[in-house]
Parts: sequence; structure tokens; C-alpha cells
Amino acid sequence: MSETVPREDEATAESERAGDDADAVLRIEDLHKNFGGITAVDGATFGVERGSMTGLIGPNGAGKSTVFNLVTGIHDPDSGSVWFQDEEITGLRPYEVANRGLVRTFQIARELANLTVMENLMLPAKAQSGEALWRSVLPGFRRQVVEEERELRERVWETLEFFEIQHLADEKASNLSGGQRKLLELSRALMLDPTMLLLDEPFAGVNPTLEKKLLEHVQQLNDEGRTFLIVEHDMDLIMNNCEHIIVMHQGQVLTEGTPADIKANEEVIEAYLGSPWPISNDTCRSISPPWSSWNDWENCSESCWP
Amino acid sequence: MSARTDLRESARDLLAADAAKIAAVMLGIYVTYLLVGLILGYSANGMINTLQRLTFLVAIYAMVVLALNLHWGYTGLFNIGVAGFMAVGLYTMAMLAKPVEPTGGAQYPGLGLPVPIAILGGVLAAALVGFVVALPALRLRADYFAIVTIAFAEIVRLLYTASPFQEFTIFGYTMGTGGGRGILFNFQDPVVTIYRLPIFEGPVTFVNQYVEFGPADAQGVIYVGLLVVVLAGYYLLLKRTGESPFGRVLKAIREDEEATNALGKNTNAFKIKSFMLGCALMGLVGILWQFRRAGITPDAFRPHVTFYIWIALIIGGAGSNTGSILGAGIFTAGLFEGPQYLRRIIQSQISVGQPPGTFADAVGPMFALNFQPITSYLFNNMLTLQFVFMGVVLVWLMQNRPDGLLGYRTETAAAVPLGKRSDEVSETVHRADEPSETVSGTDGTSETASREDEVSDQ
Ligand SMILES: Nc1ncnc2c1ncn2[C@@H]1O[C@H](COP(=O)(O)OP(=O)(O)OP(=O)(O)O)[C@@H](O)[C@H]1O
Ligand SMILES: [Mg+2]
Repeated sequence: MSETVPREDEATAESERAGDDADAVLRIEDLHKNFGGITAVDGATFGVERGSMTGLIGPNGAGKSTVFNLVTGIHDPDSGSVWFQDEEITGLRPYEVANRGLVRTFQIARELANLTVMENLMLPAKAQSGEALWRSVLPGFRRQVVEEERELRERVWETLEFFEIQHLADEKASNLSGGQRKLLELSRALMLDPTMLLLDEPFAGVNPTLEKKLLEHVQQLNDEGRTFLIVEHDMDLIMNNCEHIIVMHQGQVLTEGTPADIKANEEVIEAYLGSPWPISNDTCRSISPPWSSWNDWENCSESCWP
Repeated sequence: MSARTDLRESARDLLAADAAKIAAVMLGIYVTYLLVGLILGYSANGMINTLQRLTFLVAIYAMVVLALNLHWGYTGLFNIGVAGFMAVGLYTMAMLAKPVEPTGGAQYPGLGLPVPIAILGGVLAAALVGFVVALPALRLRADYFAIVTIAFAEIVRLLYTASPFQEFTIFGYTMGTGGGRGILFNFQDPVVTIYRLPIFEGPVTFVNQYVEFGPADAQGVIYVGLLVVVLAGYYLLLKRTGESPFGRVLKAIREDEEATNALGKNTNAFKIKSFMLGCALMGLVGILWQFRRAGITPDAFRPHVTFYIWIALIIGGAGSNTGSILGAGIFTAGLFEGPQYLRRIIQSQISVGQPPGTFADAVGPMFALNFQPITSYLFNNMLTLQFVFMGVVLVWLMQNRPDGLLGYRTETAAAVPLGKRSDEVSETVHRADEPSETVSGTDGTSETASREDEVSDQ
């Protein structure tokens, strides 16, 4: 503990230095990943401050999801390293990363279709002694497993209540709507009691009312001290809710900073406007007046962002 | 403290709806076969033999289908090498149990271990071989995994029948697989020992007052009784496996292995454990299946055995333990044994005449609206047609009942009921038809009842 105090001071002093804060809970350094001929991630480097709500934005194909995959061990990076809580986690298996408290959700919800919502949420809880086959099977020991299951069921119900989806408890996950699946994924990730959550477009396909609620929940979890790194295409949402934003483009970190910094950054505007995201430059121009500032972007967002 | 309540709980579980379903189907099967026996004019002895054979087959199939259900229904491991694991169990058991000194015509020597230890050895060997097969195959997709398992099964069968292993010496111990000639079981049969127990004396004399029932018949019945007990053990074991955090991870792997891994579960470890357990259970079935025969016929483990087991699993619906037993019952009584009995009944009732020699001779007269030749031809070839019939049933099931004859079944992957917040509430639901004093009993129930109200108010 004594060590972290000067570090924090250092961090505030150097908070300008992007991607290098000493109190970064997650740090990736010079990550590279090729898929066949495609370079998905091309030397990305950044840090995510402990307890922060950080946004990761960038055009389609910028490599955001791939970074998540590299960090969580779904893919192995070609080169570079990943650090989580001052421990190198490069190349660890996904379950090892998750058990260290770094949990992600997927861009396309990965609900366990033929399991109920309850089963989905019971699954990830840590330290379940019943995961040892013999304890679940042998008469004397099963008692304890049943006891643990009762407690876990209670925890799951609390989580369901937190997200106000108790009515779905007994539903098969495959019967859920797209937005409900997103909710399921987030609540399921929370069952691991993670230190940090990587959310890949958690609000895509979620209706505005639910989105607002979900955001409140995320804020609340953030206030509890959990760190969030959120990929999201809704600029308003990112600008209004994240204290720090990382912009990726063509597999690299283009820039990072506060929402104000990002809004003012010509390079960012350039990169987005020059990219096919969210729609082509010409289409956008045809809908709205020529782009000159970030404000125009925001004004246009309602009408031309998918 | 807990073991007894625990057992009582499981007994209650067994007697709940699922056991009732199994009992109903088996009762239906028995009644049908009794009727068949009556029509065919079987003696009491013949009747007992028929039912005994039927029960034997149902029990064997049910056990192995339960094991396969653990692989495929729970974990999504596409194992089409079941026969191979059964063979490993049986051959290992035989080689361990055969006496060191071969006597008379009883060909090859073995290690001369006591039979129970040899059985344990066979089961462990099947599990170990499962480990060896699974290890390199774990990273493979389901279809490639299937290829590995069927290749393994064939390799095993060919190795056991290969002449170099007919008799060999390893670490100074001589034993053998018998090659193409198979192995004779020239060791003491424990069933005979059990039969000689004093408790069986009374019942045997009693039964013999009414029907002629020799020692071999009695031993057969005792053996089938033992099998049913072992089957109950399989069911309980796999039910508990399924209804536990362990089983939950298996089901999650079946649904989406990568997502399960990302949720903090070491999926490879779970897959290996599931595969080894299933293989061990298959090895035991291999032993129990052939145990009462004179020896091993190497042909017994050809791939069609595996496919029979798969058909039974599909009939019952993969993913359901109850379904596995029902599937085994329906498959054995309907598809496996049924056609022969059907043929006998029809032949006993009507004369189907002399069958024509070739298929063409049978089909030709159909165009002249003479169906006698084709009918008698079909009856005569019932055993061959059985395969066609099984294929038709399989295709029909796949298209119309992909979740098995019973349709979709939920077997919750948790050690406690999940539908409601507490056990008590769900019990209240169970016992809704009972007098109300059971409902408003303890503090727990009233508390949960109010919770229920809260939920429904929203
Ligand atoms: N498993 C894969 N195999 C082959 N190519 C891949 C794979 N994953 C990603 N890519 C490629 O890597 C590039 C980056 O993809 P990625 O999914 O990381 O983009 P993204 O920033 O998440 O985009 P989006 O906003 O559309 O989700 C794309 O060109 C994509 O085609
Ligand atoms: Mg993406």
C-alpha cells in the first residue's frame, strides 16, 4: 500500500502523458495481430486508469474488438504485451484472465442458448466447490454443494433484481430479445465480481429507456470502484459518460484524452470523415451541411448514424 | 448427519415424475411382450426367458446411452467410437481375470486377478484410453473429434483381433487377446457365487414348485437384477452430475465453449473429466454386456453397435437422462427385438407362403397386384430390413422430433430448483393439490410466499 501513494501523486502529475499512467489497471504495449493478410491491430498502446470509465472508439474495423480478444486471451497477439494489475497476462487462456478479475462481454451476445437465464448467471460464479465432480456426486459432500447453490441462487436473484429482469429468470436464453441478451451478458459478467469490465458495444440494439437504465447501472458499478472500458459507436453516450477516451484507427491508437480533447482534435474528425464509418463522407454531406466541427457531427448523429 | 437425508432426497427424486415415466414405458413394453408370448404360446419358462433377455438388453443399452448422453447430450463431445471403449473395458477385464496357467482348451493365460479387481481394471483402462484419445482431440471441432473417436474404435478392434497380440509377454507376464479367435472366460463367475448364497435358496425352491427353473435360469435372473441395480446407480450418478455446478459447466461448453472459457472456466479440464467418466462407464457396460457369455467374440464390437446406441440416444432425446433410459427401452423393444417377434407372430397367425428367391421375383408380381411374394419376401428378410427401418425412424426423428420422442425436456443444471427464489416456494407449487397445512408451515415458507407476492406485484 505504501508504494501506491507516491505512485498516485506521480500519476496525477503526469496525467497528461497518454497511455502511460502509473495507476493503469490495464496496460497494453505495442500489440500486433495479423489475420492472414489483414493487420487487425498494428502496434496499439494504451493504459486504462484504475476506477475510470474509459471509452474506446474508432471506425468499423479499427481493431477494437480484436484488442479485446487479445487482452482476454481469445486470440494470442503476434507481439506486444498485456498487463493487468501489474502482472503480465499476455498469452494467458481466457479463463485465467477472467479469474484474475478482467471480464469481457462480446459484441454479438454470447448467451448460452439452451440454458435458462438463471443457469446462465449461476455458471460463472467463482469458487464453486460443486465444480469438482466428486463433491457434486458423493452423498456426504453433496449437502455442502446444495448449500452453496442456495446461496448462489440468492446472489443471482439479487443480480437479476439489480437489472430488473427477475421475470426472465426461468426463460431459456434463446427466447430473449436482442437487448435482453445484452443485459444477460452484462449481468452474467458481473457474477464473476470483476475488477475491470471490457464491454463491447453493450448498448447496441438496446432501446433508449433501457439504455438509460443500463448506463445508470454501469455508473453505479463504476462508483463501486470497478473499471470500465467501453467500445461504443454512440458518440453522445461516450462523450457524456466517459472521463477518458481512446481513439483507434487502422489498428493503432490515433489519440486519447478527455471528451473535450477528442472533440477538438482535428485528426479524429479527419479520420472519421475519411473513413466509411459511420457512413460515407458523401452520404453524410448530402444529408447535412458540410462538416466543419465536432458539433456538426453531434447534430448529424441522430439522422445519419446507423 | 447428512448422508441419510441426502439419500432419502435422492430416493424421492427418483420416485418423482421421471421415474414414473420410465416405469410406465417399461410396463407398456412388458405387457406387450407378455401378450406376444401368449400369442406365440410360450411356456412360463419361455416367457421368463423372453422378459429376461429384454430386460438385459434394455439395461445394457440404457447404461451405455446414459454414458453417451454425458458425452454428447451434456458436453457436446461427438463420440462415435463407443464400441471401442466398451471393447477396452471388456478385453482388459478378461486379460486381467484369466488364470495364469491356461487349463485344457482354455487357450491363453491372463494375470489371474480376482474378478472384481479385473472389472475395476477394465473400467480404469477405458477411462485412461479415453484420456489418451481426448488429449490431442480436445482442440478439434466436433466433427473432427468424431473422426478421431471412430478411427480409435476401429484401431482398437483391429488391434484386439491382430495376430501379434494373440499371445504376448510383457514384463514377464504372458497374456493374450486371442486375436481373431477371441478369449474364453475360464474364470470363476461371481454370479454363480452369488447364486449359492443362502438367501437365494428359499426363493429358488419356491419358484421351482411352479415352473421348472434350473440354476442357469436363476443365475440369469439374478444377473439381470444386478444389472438393473447398476443401471439405477448410473442414473443416479449422471443425474447428480447433471444437476450440479460441474454439469452446468458441461452444458455451457456444449452451448459455447469459448464463451464459457471467457467466463472463467477451464473448459479443457472439464471436457477431459467428462470424457473420461463417460468412457469409464462405457467400459463397464462392455464388461457387463458380455460377462455372462462363454467368451469374447471379436466381432461383437463392430461399429454398428455404436450406431445402435446413437439411435437409442436420439429417440430419447440428447441431453436428458430420463430420455436416455426411455430411448434405450423403446429402441430395444421396438427396433432391436421387435421385428423378430413381429415376424414370429405373423407367421404363427397366417401363412405367408414360400418366399421368392430374389428381390426381382418379389417385386415383379406387384405389378399384377399380387402382393403375396413381396410380403413373404419381406418377412423372410425381416432382420435385414430392420436396418432400413432403423434408418427410416432416424430420419423421421431428425425431421419431426429433433429433441427426441418425448420432445424438449428441461433438466435443470443446478443442485437446487432455480425457477423460484427458494426451494420452499417450488415445493409449494409441487404440492398445490395437497391440504394447505403443508404449505403454511415454517417461517421459511411464509417469507418466501411474501417474496413471491412482491415479485408478482411488479
Ligand atoms: N477472427 C478474425 N479472422 C480474420 N479477420 C479478423 C478476425 N477478427 C477481426 N478480423 C479483422 O480485423 C479487423 C479489425 O476487426 P475488429 O473486429 O477488431 O474491428 P472493430 O474495431 O471491432 O470494428 P466494429 O466497430 O465493426 O466492431 C477487421 O478488418 C476484421 O476483418
Ligand atoms: Mg467490434
